[in-house]
Amino acid sequence: MERNQGASEIDPEFTAYPLRELADAALATARRLGASHADFRAERIRGQQIGLSDGNLETQFDSDDLGLAVRVIVDGTWGFASAVDLTTAAAARAAADAVDVARVAAAINSEPIELAGEPPHGEVTWLSAYQVDPFGVSVADKIALLGDWSGRLLAADGVSHVDASLLQVKECKFYTDGATTALQQRVRLHPELTAVAVGADGRFETMRTLAPPVGRGYEYLTGTGWDFDTELAEIPELLAAKLAAPSVQAGRYDLVIDPSNLFLTIHESIGHATELDRALGYEAAYAGTSFATFDKLGSLQYGSPIMHVTGDRTAEHGLATIGYDDEGVAGQSWDLIAGGVLSGYQLDRRIARLTGLGRSNGCAFADSPGHMPIQRMANVSLQPAADGPSTRDLIAGVTDGIYIVGDKSWSIDMQRYNFQFTGQRFFRIKNGQLAGQLRDVAYQATTTDFWNAMEAIGGPQTYVLGGAFNCGKGQPGQVAPVSHGCPSVVMRGIRILNTVEEAGA
Amino acid sequence: MSGQFEPARSGAGQAASALAPQDAVERALAAAKCDECIVIADEGSSANLRWAGNSLTTNGVSRSRQLTVIAIRRSGDEARVGVVSRAGLRDDQLAGVVAEAEHAAAQASPAEDVQPLLSRDGASSAGHVGRAGAAWDSPPSATEIGVFADFARDLGGAFEVAAGGGRKLYGFAEHQLTSSYVGTSSGLRLRNDQPTGRLELNAKSQADLTRSAWAGLGTADFSDVDVAGLEAGLAERLGWAERSVDLPAGRYETLLPPSALADLMIYMYWSAGAKDALDGRTVFSKPGSGTRVGDRLASLPLALRSDPAAPGLQCAPFVIAHASSRDSSVFDNGLSRGRTEWIADGRLAALTQTRHSARLSDLPVTPAIDNLVMAVPGATGSIADLVSRTSRGLLLTCLWYIREVDPQTLLLTGLTRDGVYLVENGEVTGAVNNFRFNESPVSMLSRITEAGDTVPTLPREWSDYFTRAAMPPVRVEGFNMSSVSQAS
Repeated sequence: MERNQGASEIDPEFTAYPLRELADAALATARRLGASHADFRAERIRGQQIGLSDGNLETQFDSDDLGLAVRVIVDGTWGFASAVDLTTAAAARAAADAVDVARVAAAINSEPIELAGEPPHGEVTWLSAYQVDPFGVSVADKIALLGDWSGRLLAADGVSHVDASLLQVKECKFYTDGATTALQQRVRLHPELTAVAVGADGRFETMRTLAPPVGRGYEYLTGTGWDFDTELAEIPELLAAKLAAPSVQAGRYDLVIDPSNLFLTIHESIGHATELDRALGYEAAYAGTSFATFDKLGSLQYGSPIMHVTGDRTAEHGLATIGYDDEGVAGQSWDLIAGGVLSGYQLDRRIARLTGLGRSNGCAFADSPGHMPIQRMANVSLQPAADGPSTRDLIAGVTDGIYIVGDKSWSIDMQRYNFQFTGQRFFRIKNGQLAGQLRDVAYQATTTDFWNAMEAIGGPQTYVLGGAFNCGKGQPGQVAPVSHGCPSVVMRGIRILNTVEEAGA
Repeated sequence: MSGQFEPARSGAGQAASALAPQDAVERALAAAKCDECIVIADEGSSANLRWAGNSLTTNGVSRSRQLTVIAIRRSGDEARVGVVSRAGLRDDQLAGVVAEAEHAAAQASPAEDVQPLLSRDGASSAGHVGRAGAAWDSPPSATEIGVFADFARDLGGAFEVAAGGGRKLYGFAEHQLTSSYVGTSSGLRLRNDQPTGRLELNAKSQADLTRSAWAGLGTADFSDVDVAGLEAGLAERLGWAERSVDLPAGRYETLLPPSALADLMIYMYWSAGAKDALDGRTVFSKPGSGTRVGDRLASLPLALRSDPAAPGLQCAPFVIAHASSRDSSVFDNGLSRGRTEWIADGRLAALTQTRHSARLSDLPVTPAIDNLVMAVPGATGSIADLVSRTSRGLLLTCLWYIREVDPQTLLLTGLTRDGVYLVENGEVTGAVNNFRFNESPVSMLSRITEAGDTVPTLPREWSDYFTRAAMPPVRVEGFNMSSVSQAS
């Protein structure tokens, strides 16, 4: 278990609440009223959003969400309720409300809810790995830093506008089901700058930083984990070249895909497709189902034999990394695709029990005290080839292709077959060499065709942990942060669209 | 666990939030030492049911309480703003939140969108009270799980009917009520009560789940929901799909039902900010400089408008802005929202504005409003009437996973979902595979050749954020189905 030994400590304002007394009140009430299972969460989630437009402060917003939640099973039916007052009376009332909800809902429930077992972990504490709490840094310093970065871009030739934003989250959770009582805290940051160039003819292009959102502290903005100075220095020239680049000719190309783009394709075409609640149909009316159905476990040739994909809730600085999930299950790491074959799923305790797969691998998460935990994505990552080639070597092996860097637009169907992605920048590859940028590029494929066209995988030196803060799922909608690590890869014969032609222009 | 809890023993609890939201607003305003202050109290309640495969899956009720303090420090023409928003606030923490907002304002650089605060006289032509008629002083409204009592019974009946017919039902019902209280140091006291209800019902063929149909609606209180009728409609559509036809990608004459049109128009509406248009970075930017206001967009003389008083789609008649952003300004809190035509007679008539962007663009102050209506003069009939007047074309059910591909043209991509049907000689003759589309709603406006009556609809893709829409069914020439999706 990762445990940061630095200056971090669990938010004392959160631990000052009588968390155990609240839990005792809720769990005792739930059991007295007939619940066969009850769990209790209290959470404090602090957020801060800062946005600058052309160096001027546009947005400054501090949020602080506090509340408790009680989840029960009564006669085989779920009940859930939450409250905003952290008092024993409110905790007991929420427990009674949850039992009431379960009784109302029982009339339309025909599948008794049972949970897979989890070893009791007792009283545990866990903190994510970070050095500097961003909520301990003054707003003035953050605005000054974003202003300086914006100014560097605005000062460059050809940059018309600059957007800068910084999202910061500090999440404190107290969970107990009686067997496991976990007190946890994690911190994450998402800095982003976008430069805009508007040409004389009215055409415009943008270029965004590739720095991924991470489970780190404020040190991420001051030299640990990313080199912002170098990246910002390169953006104006890359943007000018993109604005002047020729429009792509639609057709099939060999692609070298950078981790800064591929992480999102992994998220959509593997991450969601290997959520077992989806594959079983529980998300059928909203997020959708999955082509990777349960009967194909162990047999579906998802991709080429070099493909090895893992799920984990343990990667250092990962956005889905936790000590214990919202059902008291300890963080784990496991295979989803091995040798190109579907070999595992993401699970919560209910789905693990329902399918006889044994223990949950810890994918239950609720994004706020007001929401019931649902199965949410682990860090899903494509493993690099040990001793594999560099990105430059991968490019050298392509005669006629495109090198794609950075994520932008994404869309995939409700069974995770047909997808379309764009990117930040696209370089023509001719005879193993980069030959300038292209504009108006999108790639479109069917998931299994795409991953079976993967011919080469880069080495560990190409591996980057990308991610997103805003993965949506469920009704009512919940958002979850998640990371995806991957190396650079080579894909043969992928369909490239020209987006201007697609628009009929 | 102690197992000994008794409610009377709750002395261990903190002093609960005893203050009514109105009193919290007044107390925060009184505690403020900065030059100006805005306080927003939001009291929310919600209840939901979710089901899959003819059985309930999850459910819940929740309450929320949020207090947002916007502190403003003036200095000449400049203003510095600090915003702190807290949920679950205890009364004894209130003064601390005001101090935090003032501290944030002291550290901020000058706000780009600076404007004077609105005073009582200039605030809202719709009056100071929200549409529910609740006065500032009356307690907040709330919903609870009982709102579904009749609906849940009817849904249970529909599960039985569906199971008997070889169908599985999936879906979601949600009811929310938010009472918002906006108070300012300039004397505004405005309240809005916003009910939001929605139902999505999806039927799939039991054996293989390959046939799928969807219906959705918005409702204020679930008293008007005919579950049996919706289920029967879905059963008919699954029947249409017993004959399936494979069609390739290409441009098709396509009938868009109101839900699909709403999702495309809502994205266009969200992309209609005046500031971005002025900056030269949207489909509504005029090459060189300025905006495209005045340009013809549609071939039909259609109107696209918002109106806080639209029957059945009522929404806040004044601006409630918790933070400034590209398209909203905290300085505009309380600003009147009136009926606004975004497209009139087929021409772009207005962009969404803050007072700041209106001054920059020299256009009227037309803030965004939480509903959207398209109306086509002289158009009549339902989607069935459009089908009967079609010799060959596609009939869609709804759209899914809509994302922006290219802001220059506002090219959007996405999928068809839960029923694409082939229409031949005025009749539905079978179900077609799903497609990925690539289309710009702006360019599509010029290819709408016929429309029906405007009816209330639930935008399937965006209903987490936007539920109040009324649209006609429309016929679009050459809708771009870019590739086939195997999904069903």
